[in-house]
Amino acid sequence: MTTEAPQFSGAALAEYRAILGRYPERRAALLPTLWLAQREFGWLSPPVLEYVAQLMELPLAWVTATASFYTMYWKQPPGRWHLQVCRTLPCALRGAEGIRAAVEERLGIRSGEKTADGRFSLEEVECLASCDTAPVLQVNNTEYHESLTVERTLALIDRLAST
Amino acid sequence: MAERLLLRCRDIPDLRRLDVYVAHGGYEATRKALTTCSPEQLVGIVKTSNLRGRGGAGFPTGLKWSFLPKQTAKPVYLAVNADESEPGTFKDRLIIEQDPHQLLEGIIISAYAIRCHTAYIYIRGEFALGAERFEAAIAEARQAGFLGKNVLGTGFDLDVWVHRGAGAYICGEETGLIESLEGKRGYPRIKPPFPATHGLFGCPTIVNNVETLACVPHIVLRGADWFRAIGPEKSPGPKLFCVSGHVVRPGTYELPMGTPLREIIYDHAGGIPGDRKLKGVIPGGASMPVFTADEIDVPMDMDSVQKAGSFLGSAGIMVMDETVCMVWTALVIARFFHHESCGQCTPCREGTGWLEKVLRRLEYGEGTATAADVDLLLNIAGNMMGTTICALSDAAAMPARAFVTKYRAEFEEHAALGRCPFRPIAEPSRRHAHA
Repeated sequence: MTTEAPQFSGAALAEYRAILGRYPERRAALLPTLWLAQREFGWLSPPVLEYVAQLMELPLAWVTATASFYTMYWKQPPGRWHLQVCRTLPCALRGAEGIRAAVEERLGIRSGEKTADGRFSLEEVECLASCDTAPVLQVNNTEYHESLTVERTLALIDRLAST
Repeated sequence: MAERLLLRCRDIPDLRRLDVYVAHGGYEATRKALTTCSPEQLVGIVKTSNLRGRGGAGFPTGLKWSFLPKQTAKPVYLAVNADESEPGTFKDRLIIEQDPHQLLEGIIISAYAIRCHTAYIYIRGEFALGAERFEAAIAEARQAGFLGKNVLGTGFDLDVWVHRGAGAYICGEETGLIESLEGKRGYPRIKPPFPATHGLFGCPTIVNNVETLACVPHIVLRGADWFRAIGPEKSPGPKLFCVSGHVVRPGTYELPMGTPLREIIYDHAGGIPGDRKLKGVIPGGASMPVFTADEIDVPMDMDSVQKAGSFLGSAGIMVMDETVCMVWTALVIARFFHHESCGQCTPCREGTGWLEKVLRRLEYGEGTATAADVDLLLNIAGNMMGTTICALSDAAAMPARAFVTKYRAEFEEHAALGRCPFRPIAEPSRRHAHA
């Protein structure tokens, strides 16, 4: 990790200013600004939170309190591929425990951990609102992988491992 | 109902594109509402239609709108609840991703009705694709003159902004959602005051669910009487039912409100795979009490389900066949609520944790549970209900109480055996993670 203080790129700053224009109060722009910061810096390290507080002229405590409340803001650096396996009832009824166990066995990590090479991390998440295609997992907060079987899950890991 | 309205996207390819949407009659409802109706008339039409909220509480939409102050110097806000997080519910995601203009029309017409010029759609963080699609729909609509200054030349101004959540079930609670929109933790507020008078940024605010708003253009085009005639008069309309778990065809089904639960499970969703027996069904998302196999001849509308001892909630129907352990099921649900409790209120913060702990002891405790644990669950649940700021505590307690009450012998068997009779194994891959 770089020791330099984090700083938005020019493009990110322009995006930040556009975000401010959507709200009558600056504090309301905090969630989208944290999303922007996570996209720019990969995760929300303490220096990144300090930068956001300074940029938005908000107390650091407000920024930290908000960032720490939401699970999709990463307070630890995730792996290159962050696997978010749903564990809620509809997925659990259709084999989510087996999916998670297969991922854990293949990668040699448990939920909440990261592989030594930093390629993969694993998290159990609650309902992703894709219960008709259970079991599901999401990768890097964005991509859904639905109607999984153990074979398809392991194939996904193989594909991600080579990219 | 032969005709699909809310799910026209199933019949019309690429309906999410503005040109396709307009070619199929899109934005005619907006034109009709804005050019031929006053805001008061629209509130009246929605009131007469008996439209009730599709997010879970079932509150009458027109009545909610009429709680706004008649005279106010403050701006009025519309906050669209697209935080769809109730386990077993996946209908709003479908509308946002596949038919965003239908929702956008609902937003425009409703904003006009409540004299709102800024609407925010709060989309849960996990819906990255939905947020992207909705942003694209907003841009298209703005370009075409359906949004922005002077909508359709009527002098009505409206901006719609996407606000993404970041992973928190509680932000689906309307005041938690408002707090989150303001950049804070999603801590629900004490009510009153209600959002209609003191909402977003301290201003009058209406919070409506995605599916609720998607009904509005259809009501405008076809009339309040048409809507009220579908299903029971006091809880009418087309309704999206989400079916998951042990059925042959899991999915979202658009059916008249009041369609029997048995018909939804066995006809529409194809019944239970392998002709196994039904053991239980949760009718309205994880917050709602379970029905046993003998209780499924209930019409799926708000009043009938409530009369039968549960709630229609978000209409997330989760089906469990005879192989399912109900202690395990209660545990999976309790774990969810423990994870999602915001921690403000002691009965919820502590109670959700205790429910999970005692259920885990029964399911995986290797003999540490006792017969007294079964009543302990009821005791904990009893102390969680009606004692907190928002309904999450009740939402955790109600299903726990229903599982224990309706499947009590199974809970007692777990305690007597010292293990789960269905899955006599240690909790998968937690063997080393938990003491």
